[in-house]
Amino acid sequence: MKNVKTTTILAMAFISLTVMSCKDSKKEQVNEESHTEMNHDNSDGHHDNDTSEMNHDNMNASKDMMDSNAQDSDAKQVVADYMALKDALVETNKDKAAKAGKKLESTLSGFNVSNYTSEQQKELKDIIDDAKEHAKHIAKSPIAHQREHFKILSKDVVDMIAITGTETTLYQQFCPMYDKGSAWLSMSKDIKNPYYGSKMLNCGKVQKEIN
Amino acid sequence: MKIVKIIALILLVGFLCIQFVPTNLNQSNIVPKTDFLLINNPPENLSTLLQESCYDCHSNNTGYPWYNKIQPVAWFLENHIADGKDELNFNEWDALSNRRKKSKLKSIISQIKDDKMPLSPYVIIHKGAVFSETEKQEIIQWMTQLKDSL
Repeated sequence: MKNVKTTTILAMAFISLTVMSCKDSKKEQVNEESHTEMNHDNSDGHHDNDTSEMNHDNMNASKDMMDSNAQDSDAKQVVADYMALKDALVETNKDKAAKAGKKLESTLSGFNVSNYTSEQQKELKDIIDDAKEHAKHIAKSPIAHQREHFKILSKDVVDMIAITGTETTLYQQFCPMYDKGSAWLSMSKDIKNPYYGSKMLNCGKVQKEIN
Repeated sequence: MKIVKIIALILLVGFLCIQFVPTNLNQSNIVPKTDFLLINNPPENLSTLLQESCYDCHSNNTGYPWYNKIQPVAWFLENHIADGKDELNFNEWDALSNRRKKSKLKSIISQIKDDKMPLSPYVIIHKGAVFSETEKQEIIQWMTQLKDSL
């Protein structure tokens, strides 16, 4: 009986300690996170100022660089990931699309906008934030939702390319049937509809050629 | 038999202990200028519906039920609210760009249309939070108009 008592007391102490320490460490973590986030924001802010003030000379240089290779590697990767996603939707393959969405999300997270003018940076950041949200949802949604998000994502990518330019020719294609008319981008002129897949594979037309 | 007793005792003691763990309450008296309802000024009945069915998890102020005093329920709610605010915080609506507002509205509409929101565990307790079919249509129509006006 005495044994039971001591075990219970020990157990009690143990449980309360673990629970307390668990909660505390969780709290600490949260604090730490918000700290780093704050610092991050700060440093970001500084960073922006720095680049806009300090790098005036550099800016011309980078602009030249941008002209010489029309599109930076981040934007190129976004387009590549987007195409993988589009192809998965054409196949009506939810898991493949989810994977592509995840990949796209991580590419977008690492997008370096510092080579652009401050106005372009603002626009790009907005586009990237928005696209990231859609990519994130595509990574965890059923196919119907993936397609809904893909529609808005397509607009984001089109707007991004308007700023970053594109090395390869892209075709903006349009399906008048899906959700009052929806566009997407493709590398080829051929129509393969990502909104319906095999149900209506060839529904749509080329709307615009983007060079 | 003894083992069962001991385990039951340990569980009971554990349950009692976690009651002392404090929770972060999502509560604020201030409605910021960026609030969705202030900015968009929907019809009175829609405004009430949104507050009743959405604002507990999608704003800076939750009307807590009594059982939020009990752990681990409070942790469960805390997580839900954090997730909800992460996706959409109506109080901070106007801090979003038009692009992002449109995306959020699109998601709001689709979630309500598919009965994904309000969340089913929430609705079980908050019977008043369920949208009737007419309410659903009304909200969707109004949200769609708002989206197209942006």
